[in-house]
Amino acid sequence: MAMHGMRGLSVFISDIRNCSNKEQERLRVDKELGNIRTRFKNEKGLTPYEKKKYVWKMLYVHMLGYDVDFGHMEAVSLISAPKYPEKQVGYIVTSCLLNENHDFLRLAINTVRNDIIGRNETFQCLALTMVGNIGGREFAESLAPDVQKLLLSSSCRPLVRKKAALCLLRLYRKNPDVVNVDGWADRMAQLLDERDLGVLTSSMSLFVALVSNNHEAYWTCLPKCVKILERLARNQDVPQEYTYYGIPSPWLQVKTMRALQYFPTIEDPNTRRVLFEVLQRILMGTDVVKNVNKNNASHAVLFEALALVMHLDAEKEMMSQCVALLGKFIAVREPNIRYLGLENMTRMLMVTDVQDIIKRYQAQIIASLKDPDISIRRRALDLLYGMCDVSNAKDIVEELLQYLSTADFAMREELSLKAAILAEKFAPDLSWYVNVILQLIDKAGDFISDDIWFRVVQFVTNNEDLQPYAAAKAREYLDKPAVHETMVKVSAYILGEFGHLLARRPGCSPKEIFNVIHEKHPTVSTSTIPILLSAYAKILMHTHPPDPELRNQIWAIFNKYESCIDVEIQQRAAEYFAMSRKGDALMDILAEMPKFPERQSALIKKAEDAEIDAAEQSAIKLRAQQQMSNALVVTNQSPANETPPPPVNQLGLVKMPSISSNLDHSSADQTLSVANGTLTTVDPQPPSADLLADILGPLAIEGPPGAAVQSEHNVVSEMEGVPNVADGAAIVPVGEETNSLQPIGNIAERFHALCLKDSGVLYEDPYIQIGIKAEWRAHHGRLVLFLGNKNTSPLVSVQALILPPAHLKVELSLVPETIPPRAQVQCPLEVVNLRPSRDVAVLDFSYKFGTNMVNVKLRLPAVLNKFLQPIPVSAEEFFPQWRSLSGPPLKLQEVVRGVRPLPLLEMANQLNCCRLMICPGLDPNPNNLVASTTFYSESTRAMLCLVRIETDPADRTQLRVTIASGDPTLTFELKEFIKEQLIDIPVAPHGPGPATPLTPAPTPAAAPPASLAVQPTAANDPGALLAGLL
Amino acid sequence: MGIRFVLMVNKQGQTRLAQYYEWLTLEERRALEGEIVRKCLARTEQQCSFVEHRNYKIVYRRYASLFFLVGVDNDENELAILEFIHLLVETMDRHFGNVCELDIMFHLEKAHFMLEEMVMNGCIVETSKANILAPIQLMDKTS
Repeated sequence: MAMHGMRGLSVFISDIRNCSNKEQERLRVDKELGNIRTRFKNEKGLTPYEKKKYVWKMLYVHMLGYDVDFGHMEAVSLISAPKYPEKQVGYIVTSCLLNENHDFLRLAINTVRNDIIGRNETFQCLALTMVGNIGGREFAESLAPDVQKLLLSSSCRPLVRKKAALCLLRLYRKNPDVVNVDGWADRMAQLLDERDLGVLTSSMSLFVALVSNNHEAYWTCLPKCVKILERLARNQDVPQEYTYYGIPSPWLQVKTMRALQYFPTIEDPNTRRVLFEVLQRILMGTDVVKNVNKNNASHAVLFEALALVMHLDAEKEMMSQCVALLGKFIAVREPNIRYLGLENMTRMLMVTDVQDIIKRYQAQIIASLKDPDISIRRRALDLLYGMCDVSNAKDIVEELLQYLSTADFAMREELSLKAAILAEKFAPDLSWYVNVILQLIDKAGDFISDDIWFRVVQFVTNNEDLQPYAAAKAREYLDKPAVHETMVKVSAYILGEFGHLLARRPGCSPKEIFNVIHEKHPTVSTSTIPILLSAYAKILMHTHPPDPELRNQIWAIFNKYESCIDVEIQQRAAEYFAMSRKGDALMDILAEMPKFPERQSALIKKAEDAEIDAAEQSAIKLRAQQQMSNALVVTNQSPANETPPPPVNQLGLVKMPSISSNLDHSSADQTLSVANGTLTTVDPQPPSADLLADILGPLAIEGPPGAAVQSEHNVVSEMEGVPNVADGAAIVPVGEETNSLQPIGNIAERFHALCLKDSGVLYEDPYIQIGIKAEWRAHHGRLVLFLGNKNTSPLVSVQALILPPAHLKVELSLVPETIPPRAQVQCPLEVVNLRPSRDVAVLDFSYKFGTNMVNVKLRLPAVLNKFLQPIPVSAEEFFPQWRSLSGPPLKLQEVVRGVRPLPLLEMANQLNCCRLMICPGLDPNPNNLVASTTFYSESTRAMLCLVRIETDPADRTQLRVTIASGDPTLTFELKEFIKEQLIDIPVAPHGPGPATPLTPAPTPAAAPPASLAVQPTAANDPGALLAGLL
Repeated sequence: MGIRFVLMVNKQGQTRLAQYYEWLTLEERRALEGEIVRKCLARTEQQCSFVEHRNYKIVYRRYASLFFLVGVDNDENELAILEFIHLLVETMDRHFGNVCELDIMFHLEKAHFMLEEMVMNGCIVETSKANILAPIQLMDKTS
């Protein structure tokens, strides 16, 4: 070994191994590559040994992930070396470094051909292997006949023939038009008689490729396969070297059974009998044994046998045996077997008459949905989805709903989509369907795309019996403290249309319905406002006898929006206002929406389309394919474009007897769009443009609607002049070698910027970048930390801890211990705001790079203003509220000095950035600002906050601020918060010495860092503090 | 096609051997290795050996500090691949004697020779250890 070991290579590998960081490694690699490059340049002096050594180094560097853009020629030239060791390196390295289209390969074709037709069988093997791995068209054209000859030659030894078989497979697959396989059935049959198991193993792979393309031509080979299987199963004539833990080549057994699955059926009774005997023996004779490897190998064979039995659709008895086996498997402890049990049960669903037997295992499958292993959970979800039908839809969907509350984010989207599809496909009754979808919106609103709630509206509109139920449900959900915007949309729509059907129930008078909807008004985005306006108009129309107070309230809203910048909102407000003055004529114009023309569920259609794209084998795809062929193994050639027959739509059966075919579909669409064309001008209840497009167009299952909202915030907050507040000791990176690491950029500035916007960089140093992206909804926040390793070696011992202040509930998902080179890891973070406070959550983050231990403590921008939602208030709303909150502790006033002098407009901008909405015109004095916002927390729920700032034009460094809200702590905290934003704080006491942000940690800093309180207050007890102030 | 790639990666995520049976650019390979290493290395012993990734599966097995990760098509027989990994390890073991990460690292060429005798173009060529090792032994003798 030592004799042909390459010392230079070993030294290089060992050098690389000793590099303590990625930078050193890169330097070492660059040095080596430079060296090789120079040596290659004056090639004359190179011995074959040196050449070989350098080429291996290149392969090593390539494997490490560095680009090696030279020396390819040298690697290729080694192929023509006369001696085996050099030639071998040439072939192997060439097939690793070059792809099939590389020009240099062409230069080698002649040498390769000479090796293939030459007498040296070791050279033949090398050449066949390389062509088998990367051979392209030109190789096929010049070599295919030679390779075929070798494969069939009786004088050729098995070690050459087995490679020839796979080489031919490559050439055939890549260029079926060049490699002629006509008349190969006889040759294949001859090959399958082979005694040598190596040749047989590779020939079987070739056979699978041929038969998958055209099984008709290979009927004569079928008995041969059965014979091979019999030989192996009975362990006849199998050399010891080919038995693996006592099992005759499990790989050849598996491959042979796979080949058999490409024949639709087995007609010859004799062959069939023999095969079923073998299969029966495998099914019944595979026991669980202690030795893991033996167990795996025998189960590999067993699972393939199961697949073959399913494919052949054997007698009922054997099929139930299979299901029973799978049922046993899905309950075992061994996770691999459990996984495969679930996977194969899903495949089994294709056999129609076993579905009822599979249902017996429903409880066990549902249990697997809660397995700690995500691979198993995914299989369980797929299986449940596939086995769902009218009889068990209720149970399964309810399980999915229940699981949704605890499911991890990786699965929520898929879960909610699948639950929605099943609910629609198999609903036993419509009220159940409506109930399920509303629950889905409630639990996973972010994942419920518009098309799902559009569908609910369609069903409710088209089914009178359903309307009171739906309206009552919608009313119920609006009572919840935190309601998803999608829920607001669907509820407002349904209550607007059908709220009057509830009139006699408690809490359902028009006024009460209006109030409960309008309560949500401050929290919704512009896309929802038009729906709310329509709902108000409808409520107004349904109010009998007319209620002047309600009317004035609604008119005021219409008035307010008549000048809205959004055209859709403006038009609706103006038209509704005008129409509602018409009195009785309103009744005709605002009549109930006409029934929707029925159409195929866009949701299901979309799901089916997606399945075709998704490479993942999921139940729907399998079922669709089942309609086309009963071949279990799906080959590339299978016609995946054929549209599956429309699914039986239970909902359709209830009220809408026929399912529109694709043809009807388009015409129906046209009718509707015409109808809507007039609707927009006359009917005051037009679906918004988006809504229309979404109902009619192909549906996209969209991401969370939050994105749009977020971007709005970004626009608002892209303002400079971030409060110039210096940091206390909030950021304290600690390190064993602290002075070796300097963060890039100012951590404090980054934090302040992120307080005003929702995405950006939180921290960066030479090794890592931590980005953040946040979404806020009411008192919930979802942040995603993006941990990006900037280097080409991994960061290890990565740890992230959240030190939350008492008022925040923070949950960080698992952070991986290692961040691979150049990789970015995403760690979601859930935040719930319990009560008002200005304390800040801290991320304690550490990692190791080489010997450097880096630890930083970073404030997280989950600050008070993130839980604010700007809300415009009118004078009628403002003044009564302002007056009713008459004094301390609900209303606090303070004269603030030392304010950073700002023009009024800029100050207004700054408040806007903090999500306080300036309400112009409310205060008669032009030097004053009035603002309003809603604050969200679990204890206060949504609470309106009113702010007034009086400035002195003569002295811009002082002002008087007055804050009012329904909660004393909130009032205090908000006041302090606003002061922080306005006051110019002198640079913080960093102590003597350079105020670098990199100071060694004086304490472990377990407590959250001091918040940015202007005064040194006992911020923990604002109540006591307030008492002192008053 | 069957096997798409064979990777050997240690606990720290460093690649010790990479053999691809379909052409990927350097960037694609780096990204792929990063993703699957992150996915697989975080899993516990109690979890199954199969991980679904993009449109294929990874069948993996851990031996001391080294992970063997094999990317396969979705319809591949998972257990057969799992035992194929073991066969590979046993073969290396027969050659090196108590094979460890360093053997593979410092004898990268031999690891490649063995794999090349076992897998070709994503298909299994040979499962007899004697046959797999014959060319290497021949070379050891002649050189």
